Amino acid sequence: MSAMAAPRPGIRSSLIKIGAVTRFLLRVLGQCVPALSHPHLLIEQIYNAGARSLIIIMLCGLFVGMVLGLQGYDLLARFGSESALGVAAALGLIRELGPVLTALLFAGRAGTALASEIGLMGATDQLTAMEMMAVDPVRYVVAPRFLGGVIAMPLLTGIFNCIGIYGTQLIGVVMMRIPAGTFWSQTENAVELRDIREGVIKSLVFGVACSLIAVYEGYHAEPTAEGVGLATTRTVVSSAVLILLLDYILTATFL
Amino acid sequence: MGSRATALSRPAWSNRRRDAPCSELKSTAFEGPERLINPTQESSEPLIDVQDVHYAIGTHAVFSGLTLRAAAGSITAIMGPSGTGKTTLLRLIMGQIQPQSGRISVFGQEVASLKRPQLYALRQRVGMLFQNGALLTGMSVFENVAFPVREHARLPEPVLRELVLMKLQAVGLRGAAELSPAELSGGMARRVALARAIVMDPEVLLYDEPFVGLDPISKGVILRLIQSLNRALHITSILVSHDVQEISAIADRTYLLSGGKVVAEGSPAELKSAASDVVQQFMSGAPDGPVPFHYPAPDYHEQLLQR
Repeated sequence: MSAMAAPRPGIRSSLIKIGAVTRFLLRVLGQCVPALSHPHLLIEQIYNAGARSLIIIMLCGLFVGMVLGLQGYDLLARFGSESALGVAAALGLIRELGPVLTALLFAGRAGTALASEIGLMGATDQLTAMEMMAVDPVRYVVAPRFLGGVIAMPLLTGIFNCIGIYGTQLIGVVMMRIPAGTFWSQTENAVELRDIREGVIKSLVFGVACSLIAVYEGYHAEPTAEGVGLATTRTVVSSAVLILLLDYILTATFL
Repeated sequence: MGSRATALSRPAWSNRRRDAPCSELKSTAFEGPERLINPTQESSEPLIDVQDVHYAIGTHAVFSGLTLRAAAGSITAIMGPSGTGKTTLLRLIMGQIQPQSGRISVFGQEVASLKRPQLYALRQRVGMLFQNGALLTGMSVFENVAFPVREHARLPEPVLRELVLMKLQAVGLRGAAELSPAELSGGMARRVALARAIVMDPEVLLYDEPFVGLDPISKGVILRLIQSLNRALHITSILVSHDVQEISAIADRTYLLSGGKVVAEGSPAELKSAASDVVQQFMSGAPDGPVPFHYPAPDYHEQLLQR
C-alpha cells in the first residue's frame, strides 16, 4: 500500500518542479507592482521582447497567411466556396494559428534571450551583487522582463494576425482573383468579438507561460557556460510543449 | 571637492555620524601610517561575531566549528588554501546562506534569524567587493556606482551626481564615469566595484579576493584604497585572500582556515613566527606539507600497472 502511495521518482521530481515554478510565479507576481516604480525598465523590456521580435513575427505571419491562402483556396475550390477564403483564414489565424505560432516564435526569439541574459547575470555574480546591495533581483531584473513579455505577446499576436490575413489576401484576391469586396465583407461579417476575445486570452496565457519559463530557467541556471546553455534549451523545449498543451486545454474550454 | 581626502568623507545626507572630525579625515586620508583608532583599544564587543559555525554542502563539511570575530574599525584577514570556504564565509556573514548550526551576528543581530526586510536593512550597512567586480553590464560606470543610492535614497540628481563623482574620484576613475563595464580592465572594474561598495557609506566592507589576477600596480592601488578607507572612514574590513604579502602589510588580525576550522590566528607577524606546520606551509608557500599537493588518489604505481 505504501509503495503504491509513494510517487515514482520521475513524477515526484516533476511535481517538485511544478511546485517550484508556481512559488516563483507567486514571488514574481508579488514584485510586479513594486517593479512598476521603474517604468523605464518595463518599457525597455517591452521593446526588447516586442519590438525586437517584430521582423521575425511579421515575416512568419506573411508566409503563414500566404500558405493558408494557397491551401485554403485549393480546398475551398473543391466545394465551389473560394469566396469564404478570407473567413477561413481570419478565423484560423485569430483563434488558433496566430496565438500559437506567435508564442512559439516568441519562445525561440525572446524567451531564449531572456533566459540567457538572466543566466549570464547569475554566472557573473550580478544577481548576487544586487542581493548584497539590498536590491531584490526578482523585483529589479525578473519582474520587468516577465511583465514585458506578458504585455508584448498579445501585441505581437495582433500584428501576426493582421499580416497573416494580408498574406492570405495577396494569394486570394491578387493571385486567384477572388473579388476584394467579397473577401473582406465575408471576413468582417464572420469574425465576431468572441473570436478575438479567444485569441487575446490565449495570447495572454501563452505570454505568462513563455515569460515565466524563460525567467525561471534563467534565474535558476547553473552559473556556468554549460548551465546557461542548458537553461536556454530547456526554455524553448518547455515553452513549446506547454504552449501546445495549454492551447488544447483552452480550445476545449472555449468550444 | 576635487581632493582625494574630501572624496572619501561622508556625504551630508548620511545619518550615521562618525566620531572623527572632518579635519582628522582630511589629514589622514591616503597618507600617514598611523591609525586614527587602534583596534586593540576598541570596545570588546565585536562587530562581526562567528561562533561555532557548522556548514556542509551535501556530505562535504565546509565548516565544522568555525569561530572568529572582527573588531570595529579593524582590518581582519581570512586566509587559507583554496577550497577552504573563505568565500562561503562571506556569504554566511551576509545571510545569503544559513549555517546548519552555530551563530553569526553582525552589528549584534543574529543574521540567520532576520527576515528579508531586516536582512536588506542590515545589508545597506555592509558593502561587499566581489572577486570579479560583478558590475551590472547594462549600465555605465557612473550608473553602476549610482545604482545602490538610486534604489535606497531619494536624492536630487545634482546631489547624486556629486556623490558618485566623489566616490569615483576616490578610486581614481572619475574620468571613466561614462565608460561601460566591458571597456574596463580587471583592476579598473574592481576599483569601480569598490566605489559602488562605499557609495552607501557602509560601516563594514567585505572584500572577496581583492588582489587576485591583478598586476602589481593595480594590486598596490587596491591595497592603498583598502587601507585608506579603513583609516579615513573607520570602516571595519574583512578581507578574504591568499596574498600573504599584501595581507601582512595591512591586516590587524589574521585568521588562517584549514579543514573547516581556524588553525591559527593573530597578527601577521605572529603568524609568520608560529610553530604550526600548516601555518608555516601556507606562509612560505611550500607545495607539499600538511596540506597535501596531491588530491586523495589510489597508489600511483598500482594504478599505472592496472591496465
